[in-house]
Amino acid sequence: MDGSTQILTLNVNGEEKKFAGPLTVVGLVDALGLDLRKVAVELNREIVPRSTYAAVALQDGDVLEIVHFIGGG
Amino acid sequence: MDGITQLDDSWRVAGRSFGSRLIVGTGKYGDLPTTAAAIEASGAEMVTVAVRRVNLSDPKAPMLQDFVSPSRYTYLPNTAGCFTADDAVRTLRLAREAGGWNLVKLEVLGPAPTLYPDMPATFEAAAALIKDGFEVMVYCSDDPIAAKRLEEMGCVAIMPLGAPIGSGLGVQNPLMIRMIIESAGVPVLVDAGVGTAYDATFAMELGCDAVLVNSAIALADNPVLMARAMKAGVEAGRLAFRAGRIPRRGEASPSSPVSGLIR
Repeated sequence: MDGSTQILTLNVNGEEKKFAGPLTVVGLVDALGLDLRKVAVELNREIVPRSTYAAVALQDGDVLEIVHFIGGG
Repeated sequence: MDGITQLDDSWRVAGRSFGSRLIVGTGKYGDLPTTAAAIEASGAEMVTVAVRRVNLSDPKAPMLQDFVSPSRYTYLPNTAGCFTADDAVRTLRLAREAGGWNLVKLEVLGPAPTLYPDMPATFEAAAALIKDGFEVMVYCSDDPIAAKRLEEMGCVAIMPLGAPIGSGLGVQNPLMIRMIIESAGVPVLVDAGVGTAYDATFAMELGCDAVLVNSAIALADNPVLMARAMKAGVEAGRLAFRAGRIPRRGEASPSSPVSGLIR
């Protein structure tokens, strides 16, 4: 990796989306317009600890789930 | 002022203390402001919540947290919609990361029309969650043996249904709920089936530690008023349980003295 711009295709919540890389979890959440404090992220079926959002670099083909709390019983 | 009703009557689950014995769900409301107003009126300190994908097409849509603050209420994330242990563990790991707590409500339901607890799947998921460090409050059938086994596995609260979810039929099997309470060493809550305030009162009179209500409040014509009614109902039932009711008898007994009548 030389850090130059690349196109990443990510599966986010079941949708294929393209992003300019390199991209971290923080960058992705930001690019999606979401509030980092109100979501949780799973990357390839593994939890991404909140403390590592800025450090985890996403790879082409990664599968992510981004969730939040909604009303429920 | 009387001293007795004012005494601390809080209950504890997993090391946390709660003054209110009413837990409310946050689902099925018409809108978030009504959700917030009803929860406020209910006096609840713990609320159940679900975990779902964010809507990527509307990232700025109002979120539950904006109306029901997790710093004010203890969120109890549930596993609604999970049908396997793997789904339940994944969902609650995400909830733990989103909120930073490990107290959760496990529910694994069977298919409609009963949505009855799927107990084999519930046992499997409970084992996986406990192994993963969660403190599990578990929705279950009104089966005293299953309830005891869940407690022995390490569940921190047992939550049998009073009647099918959303049915509003009240406690259909008081004998079994009573048996579960009598043998339990952890809190027992009636979860599901409450239709109106007296159903909550009845559950509390049986000796439940708390009651969980969602549909009966959220779908009432006036959810805020019904939330207030549930608060009063739970308090009345708890006080009556503590007071100790009179035995039921098959004959009348005069309320006024029978001696000293004028002749």
